[in-house]
Amino acid sequence: MANADCIVIQGSNMAECHPVGFQWVSEAKARGARIIHVDPRFTRTSAVADKHISIRVGSDIVLLGALINHVLSNEKWFREYVLAFTNASALVNEDFRDTEDLDGLFSGYDPATGRYDNASWSYRLKSGDDESTANEPQQGPGMGDQFGAAGPVAVDGTRGDGLCRDEIETDETLQHPFTVFQILKRHFARYTPDLVQQMCGISEADFDYLARSITENSGRDRTTCFAYAVGWTQHTMGAQFIRTAAILQLLLGNMGRPGGGIMALRGHASIQGSTDIPTLFNLLPGYLPMPMVTAGTLTDYLDGIASPAQKGYWANAEAYVVNLLKAWWGDAATADNDWAYDYLPRLTGPHGTYQTVAAMLDGTVDGYFVLGQNPAVGSAHGRLQRLGMAKLKWLVVRDLALIESATWWKDGPEIQSGELRTEDIETEVFFMPAATHVEKAGTFTQTQRMVQWRHQALQPPGDAQSELDFFYELGLRIREKLAGSDDPRDRPLLDLTWNYPLDEHGNPDSAAVLQEINGRFRTGDKAGQPLSSYAEMRTDGSTEGGCWIYTGIYAGGVNQAARRPARTGHDPVNPDWAWVWPADRRLLYNRASADAEGRPWSERKRYVWWDSEQGRWTGDDVPDFPATLAPDARPGPEATGPAALSGLDAFIMQADGKGWLYAPRGLVDGPLPAHYEAQESPVRNTVYDQQRSPARVTLARPDNLSAPSDDDPGANVYPYMFTTYRLTEHHTAGGMSRWLPYLSELQPEMFCEISPELAAEVGIEPYGWATLISPRAAIEAKCLVTDRMRPLVVNGRTVHQIGLPYHWGVGGEQAVVSGDSANDLLGVVMDPNVLIQESKVGSCAIVAGRRPRGRARLELVAEYRRRAGVTVDTGMRPIDVERGEHAMRQDRLEAERVNADDPWVVPDDEQGGER
Amino acid sequence: MARFSPLNWPVVRQLTTPDRFGRGEAVTSRQTRDLKPRTATADRVVQSVCPYCAVGCGQLVYVKDDKVIDIEGDPDSPISRGRLCPKGSASEQLVNAPGRQTQIKYRAPYSTEWQSLSRDKAIDMIAERFIESRRRWWQDTDEHGRPLRRTMGIASLGGATLDNEENYLIKKLFTAAGAIQIENQARI
Repeated sequence: MANADCIVIQGSNMAECHPVGFQWVSEAKARGARIIHVDPRFTRTSAVADKHISIRVGSDIVLLGALINHVLSNEKWFREYVLAFTNASALVNEDFRDTEDLDGLFSGYDPATGRYDNASWSYRLKSGDDESTANEPQQGPGMGDQFGAAGPVAVDGTRGDGLCRDEIETDETLQHPFTVFQILKRHFARYTPDLVQQMCGISEADFDYLARSITENSGRDRTTCFAYAVGWTQHTMGAQFIRTAAILQLLLGNMGRPGGGIMALRGHASIQGSTDIPTLFNLLPGYLPMPMVTAGTLTDYLDGIASPAQKGYWANAEAYVVNLLKAWWGDAATADNDWAYDYLPRLTGPHGTYQTVAAMLDGTVDGYFVLGQNPAVGSAHGRLQRLGMAKLKWLVVRDLALIESATWWKDGPEIQSGELRTEDIETEVFFMPAATHVEKAGTFTQTQRMVQWRHQALQPPGDAQSELDFFYELGLRIREKLAGSDDPRDRPLLDLTWNYPLDEHGNPDSAAVLQEINGRFRTGDKAGQPLSSYAEMRTDGSTEGGCWIYTGIYAGGVNQAARRPARTGHDPVNPDWAWVWPADRRLLYNRASADAEGRPWSERKRYVWWDSEQGRWTGDDVPDFPATLAPDARPGPEATGPAALSGLDAFIMQADGKGWLYAPRGLVDGPLPAHYEAQESPVRNTVYDQQRSPARVTLARPDNLSAPSDDDPGANVYPYMFTTYRLTEHHTAGGMSRWLPYLSELQPEMFCEISPELAAEVGIEPYGWATLISPRAAIEAKCLVTDRMRPLVVNGRTVHQIGLPYHWGVGGEQAVVSGDSANDLLGVVMDPNVLIQESKVGSCAIVAGRRPRGRARLELVAEYRRRAGVTVDTGMRPIDVERGEHAMRQDRLEAERVNADDPWVVPDDEQGGER
Repeated sequence: MARFSPLNWPVVRQLTTPDRFGRGEAVTSRQTRDLKPRTATADRVVQSVCPYCAVGCGQLVYVKDDKVIDIEGDPDSPISRGRLCPKGSASEQLVNAPGRQTQIKYRAPYSTEWQSLSRDKAIDMIAERFIESRRRWWQDTDEHGRPLRRTMGIASLGGATLDNEENYLIKKLFTAAGAIQIENQARI
């Protein structure tokens, strides 16, 4: 970020939430960069920025979409970059219909299921085959994330054939109306500065400032960087917010270049690592998907990931899978049994944390491990979380302190309100004290994929133990108890490789686990030696490795993550510090930092370039490209895998090697971003008639109700928007901060931020108490009345936003400070791609004074619900069919389409040709 | 105490040393000169990484008599260049704060109180429940007879604050057990 000429921070309060990382923004500023903060609140980030632009929560696609429109219609896009490295020239299937054509929906939408069939979104192929007919959607609802970060790789069982560049029809002049470029132009044409003013509450002057700043600071000589955090992810449109930024950055030529990119500022020490080596339901290590029930055999499964015929490094997926299975099941994994593929359990749909909570409430989950996380406070809809836990048979909480998730059965809000009685709760609770970060050795992966080793400083006290120690021990006990079982379902546990060397205290050696993750040769001269690169992984069982993207972290038998040379000066890359996946590359897709011929775009922005004398890529970083693949290389159609990459395929993990301005697959809610309002919003969507994201995932239950939106009856009962956020002095749900005297003293009390105008409107005094009421809960908070919160004029009327830190909770033993939990106000509704909840926007009422105690608190919430007429159906329909006008337009458009060129009514032999 | 000498007057020192403005050495008392940082007497200094957000700041952990006495920023880290934020600076209290738990607690069904339990016994009880719930909610096949080989009776939440090696073992064990409902903060 220090190399950027302009930094736009949007969806993040970086100065307060990542203070030490923010020094690099300050450094950029000191070197002359312009810093712009786009956020509903004026924060310390805004104070340091050159400009703060206040935005209405949830309207980011409107703003970013208007910037795309500005870049396209004013010819500000980086032509050479876009032509060389993006899919701008690709032609899209003629059956594709945009939101422009279908009034807010893309083609393929099924109102009955609320899902898209993405067949019509695919590329147009030269062969004339209608590839889309083979494109059977096998994604369950909300299953986009089963493909993880590697998503757009032939994920739907089409073997990637439809993505091989040579097969795709293109128009390098970008004039064909079905080129990605022209579709983009039409799609974003309605995203105008005027619309931004209407929907975001941002003035044309501010928009102009932002647009000028990013375009003047992009191109050969300059780069602009975007940074976001959960202000972008925690929305029903979260993935599409980031997609919009990605389109903009590709058009401006800011990807793969120093000072460019889109920085995801993640919030936990190893949240990146826990995605790479996932404790997630949908992934195996290295972004390999967990198999779906439809993937009956290893071949089916591999076909679903990638085709050996496709280009790029996913073509070698078979090696990554075989090495994982070998690492887990050792000698029991053989070529004859498909490397024990059948030992893997199968998914049938989304099994995300909120679906699991629903299953708990339904009484179908017995046991729950809660590991360094505090769902009673930190997850959306805290009441649902706590009631779910009250239905468990047993609960294991492993933490440093007695957090609310461990003690809800005796002191949670539901005990206080009388909803639950401790004596009636069956759940057995095991509280297991955890080891701190200094009491165990191991690696964290930080937000830029850097893996850093921590040395152990001392042993954990008392019963405290690391997760490594606990789960290793648990695994041993389970295997002991099952030893001798002839039940086939126990084979995967009994055959599991579970022998790790122990240190002098009897704890498993974490370095040995890291070595297994790295991988090793099993046979041959090098048997037992660590692999140095995932390119050494074989499909014949002669190698093993637990997470292919981490291979190389133990190259040469050295723990590369523990490298810590003394710092002697300022090196912008610091290639010797720790280790970055993959292959120690510090900046992904850095081939794009050179032009089509492999020359740096400019002296100022040189990073990785082609050395024609040496015949290889060189520069300040490990090139993210085959080292000797010349810029002018153009392999023939017969080449596959990495060998099929052309010298222009900078985006080497994409099946077509290109940066995607348009996503022909991989997303379940549209190939392009379109603005919809949040699940709860006092504002009508004027971009399309469709109010809410038609593909969002809802959880319609009597205990998960939504407020009415827009002008619907009852919406005025919950007239204000609220958003949640973090403070510098606390950490998420407080488990690592509210038990610490220093931090608790610095931020002792739950509060809400409101504008002086709102305070006057509802009669709240500064520092007085207020009660906030949503359809789920009522909480109280002290009021910070501040003009850091500004009312916005949206669609001609004033919208007030309320800011709520979410660190406090009620209950928990020995917490230094406690308070009502902001997350109790939230309902659960999710982004369909990644199943992340919308916790950055909700509707509420606010009144002066403290909340009622006991049962009266529940009655207050119920009374507001009655007044608003909230039912289990409120806001739950996937599309707004109740709007007659919209429905009629939809029917008319559909009728026109059927008459004109419906692919399903023409005979088979006429399909696919030009019409 | 040393005997009084006019040469020890701060103003004299101010005039006779380069510290003409009296902002350093010239006005330093013997007591101050004799002070040492508490980290100076540490038995060992261990390099670590901050456990809070994902920036990954370097930490130096000072240990004396097998106690953490301080945690400071690691100036060698090119990420943080020696700096820590309020949370990172407070991380010594993660280890030593009075609210930190070091003993296992167990709450029996319908009980109103915690009771204590040995670690051995606790892990054994958890292993038994794991096996039983795994069997109870086992699914061999779906309604079309396709293999599922999984249990829906056990779930897990957490991992974003844990080490890669720990997440690896958790995923490995749960997957082998057929327990698929495993999630962490990355979904939140």
